[in-house]
Amino acid sequence: MTWEFASPGAFAMAGPTGKITYQPDGRAVVDARGIYYRQLNEQLRQLVKTGAKEIDVINVYGQRYLGTSIPEHVKLRIYGTPGNDMAFAMHGPEIEVFGNAQDGLGNTMDEGEVIVHGSAGDVLAMSMRGGSLWVKGNVGYRCGIHMKEYGDKVPLVVIGGSCQDFFGEYMAGGSVVLLGLGLAAGETHKAAFMGTGMHAGRIFVRGTVDPGQVGKEVGLTEPDAAELEQIRAAVRRYVELFGGDEAEIMATPFVKMYPKSLRPYGRLYAY
Amino acid sequence: MWDIGKKQNPYSDDKLHDACGIFAMMSRSGRTFAGDIPITAMENMHDRGNGLGGGFAAYGIYPDWPELFAFHLMFETKEAKAETEKYLHQHFSSMDGEEIPTRPHPGITSAPILFRYFLRPNHHLLEGLSEDDFVVQRVMHINLKIDGAFVFSSGRNMGVFKAVGHTEDVGRFFKLDEYEAYCWTAHSRFPTNTTAWWGGAHPFSVLDWTVVHNGEISSYGTNRNYLEMQGYFCTMHTDTEVIAYAMDLLARRHGLPIEMVCKVMAPPLWKDIDQMAQADRDLYTTLRVIYGPLLMNGPFSIVMAHQGEMVALGDRIRLRPLVAAERDDVIYIASEEAPIRLVEPTLDRVWIPKGGEPVIVRLDDAAMAKAHPEGRQVLK
Amino acid sequence: MSVMKTHLWPEFIIERNDDRCIRCEVCVNQCSFEVHSFDATFNEVFAEDMNCVGCQRCQVFCPTHALTIRPNPTQPRPNANWRVEHLFDLKKQAESGGIVLTGMGNDKPISIYWDHLLLNASQVTNPSIDPLREPMELRTYLGRKPDRVMFHRDSELPGGPVVPVTQMTPLVPIETPIIFSAMSYGAISYNAQKSLMQAAAAFGTLANTGEGGWPREFRKFHDNVIVQVASGRFGVDLEYLNDAKIVEIKLGQGAKPGIGGHLPGEKVTADVSQTRMIPEGSDALSPAPQHDIYSIEDLGMLIHALKEATRYEKPISVKIAAVHNAPAIASGMVRAGADIIVLDGIRGGTGAAPKIIRDNVGIPIELALAQVDERLRKEGIRQQASLLVAGGFRNSGDVIKAIALGADAVYIGTAAFVAIGCTLCQKCYTGKCAWGITTNRPDLVKRLNPDQCTERLTNLLRAWSREIKEMLGGMGINSLESLRGNRLHLRAVGLNQWEMDALGVKGAGF
Repeated sequence: MTWEFASPGAFAMAGPTGKITYQPDGRAVVDARGIYYRQLNEQLRQLVKTGAKEIDVINVYGQRYLGTSIPEHVKLRIYGTPGNDMAFAMHGPEIEVFGNAQDGLGNTMDEGEVIVHGSAGDVLAMSMRGGSLWVKGNVGYRCGIHMKEYGDKVPLVVIGGSCQDFFGEYMAGGSVVLLGLGLAAGETHKAAFMGTGMHAGRIFVRGTVDPGQVGKEVGLTEPDAAELEQIRAAVRRYVELFGGDEAEIMATPFVKMYPKSLRPYGRLYAY
Repeated sequence: MWDIGKKQNPYSDDKLHDACGIFAMMSRSGRTFAGDIPITAMENMHDRGNGLGGGFAAYGIYPDWPELFAFHLMFETKEAKAETEKYLHQHFSSMDGEEIPTRPHPGITSAPILFRYFLRPNHHLLEGLSEDDFVVQRVMHINLKIDGAFVFSSGRNMGVFKAVGHTEDVGRFFKLDEYEAYCWTAHSRFPTNTTAWWGGAHPFSVLDWTVVHNGEISSYGTNRNYLEMQGYFCTMHTDTEVIAYAMDLLARRHGLPIEMVCKVMAPPLWKDIDQMAQADRDLYTTLRVIYGPLLMNGPFSIVMAHQGEMVALGDRIRLRPLVAAERDDVIYIASEEAPIRLVEPTLDRVWIPKGGEPVIVRLDDAAMAKAHPEGRQVLK
Repeated sequence: MSVMKTHLWPEFIIERNDDRCIRCEVCVNQCSFEVHSFDATFNEVFAEDMNCVGCQRCQVFCPTHALTIRPNPTQPRPNANWRVEHLFDLKKQAESGGIVLTGMGNDKPISIYWDHLLLNASQVTNPSIDPLREPMELRTYLGRKPDRVMFHRDSELPGGPVVPVTQMTPLVPIETPIIFSAMSYGAISYNAQKSLMQAAAAFGTLANTGEGGWPREFRKFHDNVIVQVASGRFGVDLEYLNDAKIVEIKLGQGAKPGIGGHLPGEKVTADVSQTRMIPEGSDALSPAPQHDIYSIEDLGMLIHALKEATRYEKPISVKIAAVHNAPAIASGMVRAGADIIVLDGIRGGTGAAPKIIRDNVGIPIELALAQVDERLRKEGIRQQASLLVAGGFRNSGDVIKAIALGADAVYIGTAAFVAIGCTLCQKCYTGKCAWGITTNRPDLVKRLNPDQCTERLTNLLRAWSREIKEMLGGMGINSLESLRGNRLHLRAVGLNQWEMDALGVKGAGF
């Protein structure tokens, strides 16, 4: 006989395993309703291990860390509201979300792509090092915070709507495109402290940016021709993914936010 | 006399540290909802708490006696109950007392004796006090002077239900699926330095004011000193308590509208005040200068509610999450979007409120007259 | 603006015995602060005392011992309040408008409780044990331990075979309770980090990468490496996390609680930039908080993100600076899922910190350790996490006292550096370390020979381990776990009652 022992916490919410069905094209469909994230992620890992290349996950309500522990080039379609820290340290997968994403999407993300047919919460793309994030709508506070780049590994974040305060704080690399599509003509973005502490990377903002709403470390200029091409490519892909009119979007000028110095705090200290 | 402070804060730390998940919903038109909705939402955010406390506040649940103060009490002993009932009889014309209905739940253990009383103050004892102030004093007396007795809810046509356990279990234990409320707020707790005690769970309440809170107030010491100077006893050693007292002081005693209360707790930055037009600049400068000690500094998201009104507020630089959503006449507030979607898949609007800018929900006049016939809070 | 004449005067005086000096220019070549210079015309070696930081490199390497480097005896009028250090800092700030930087740990005489705690020894009633000939065990397992063993029995008859069915949590063994502290590549040199990892591997203990990434060539030491996930997230990817033995979330550092770090751009060389995955020459900024952790439930979220990323196969450690509410915070950390808790006291070292923070923020490690251990025991959760401590451990006596106060093991940084050359000149932040430890200048880095340094470090670990065994044996204990949290083996001298209460020890004589 076996003595049962209830471990506090870890397995407290172990629920039924998610039901898996298969589409005619062989694609696996996992019903995540009522499944704890640990079981769900384990299930996705097992599916990938057995060769699944495309998985639909339906009825997602807040399960965390989706895509984190699958270092493979697979495609996940998420239907519902994925939980915090989706794609944390993700390396490989392509995730498409039909719904809004919560906080911490793309935290320390490394490689792969996340497409959100909706909005996303706070601290999007924190410390992101590679891959790309596409958000149709708006994003919350501190998005793009401390993104990094090295060599040709340059993360890209494209946001269709607008953002809240501390956008691109501490930015240490990478490219961000903020389209401001929800804004009325002539309306400026509302965020304060944009790019505060920025010391590398670039943010392209469609529409006007008031110098009073950017950090003191940030310079404002027009993108050059090469950068405009990068923006155009991003917009083209955005339109492919979410719809819209490329020419119309490109008709409004972009502002480039850039760091005035690689070393914003070089003079802060007495040696 | 028993020391609630000691019970709450057994190691005499500076204060309690806890964090959490919150959920709230309210219908502007006074439509009511059963408690299984907030229970489901809180269950979805299970991981935000650690099982050491959960609770709910529900408004409009006692429609048959809207004018009576509904006291929810926990007793550690029969003696405490007897002594409290004697005290209540002296001060109130008691209409009814009954056990709070519960159903056994494996996640909820060592429950105290739980009773509720529907009370009307003995008017000849008021001696010039308002009914509200009279009730506050009686609550303070019971909580501080009667060993083993604790009033955890004392408002009209509303109730707080809380316990040690995971929030969803607490809700089921209290059979909240059988209550109908036009406004629910709920909280799951993640305390780090208390031996969990039922009274220590959220919501925290004074009269019909309730507060649920996520975060930690770094200015606690300053806030507390100021409130103690104003005659409040911060016996619970929690951030949430100072928020509730600040709310009571500013809104009830000083008569500030709720919008201004929020601007005291989460004021604009000086750099923004300096840019304002003269009238606003004067207003916000005055508020900050006079009520500076009530600035709630540090990370917080709170939902405060009282009769017919609910307000959600995040700190100025949004260090804690808060999501708002709307469907028809109902506003939802939560730490995450997923629980809202789970209970209402079709929403008209979902947004992230700006730090320091409150989301305020009020009952319309007809619903207000029905739920709270004594009228809106009388300001002095 | 005219050039400002500095009002500072030399901190050190260089005395050269001309009878001994053979004009070999070793001092000229060894000094990275440009103190010494040789003038061939006059056949004379000159010194610019203003530049000297007192690191003693020239003095040690002078073949004829012709040099004496000592603190400048020049003193302004003595003043008990306004000490010379205050004057220097004021003048520096007046001349620069900057925050005064420093390196290494707090050098102020803030109560060092190790010096007031004394160990026990067996006499008569139980025997002391001779570690040279009797078994003496120092092995320690780090990580969360299950609360009990579940087992399966084939038969209910007494004496039948018993098979444990408890699923073991990930645990990491170390052969001595001494680990090398988190010191990042970039803040310390390539050769310094290599030496630490090599020594840890050779001795069966652990070295911590710090937050600056983990060079590919050092991945071979994976069984002996703790990787850090700090606010900068430098070099953090799935491979980095999964290659390590333990993953440590750094929330705070004893030398600078509450603030982040700035690795200056000049230290971000090509190799450092590759390891950290940031552009060369840019400041490597570590934000003050981790921006995905603003609250205890957020910490739980990151802990579990890392558990997911490492498939629940590695202990997750969380490091904080020892601060006022450490016991409450530690309790929350354990409940949030931390398998290891690290406390770093006010005497903990750093490569660079504002001096005002280093010297004024935090609390001594002894008090934090004693209180955290006690709180976790009172709450019944001490088994759920290992407790590591850091912050100025000078010798094996400090280490064994920490074990008796409740630590599972001790992190050492400064002590290890002294073993490979450091003299605590506190100029790590300049990037000019003459000993090749906290610099990325190739000519200085190559002064550290990793193999020789490894030998020095393993010698140090061996010596301390032997001393610990001697002291354990003296107490009649032959396995380290029997001393862990066993404060009956400690007594205090020269402390106030509140200090003894905080430490949970009796006064000597009682």
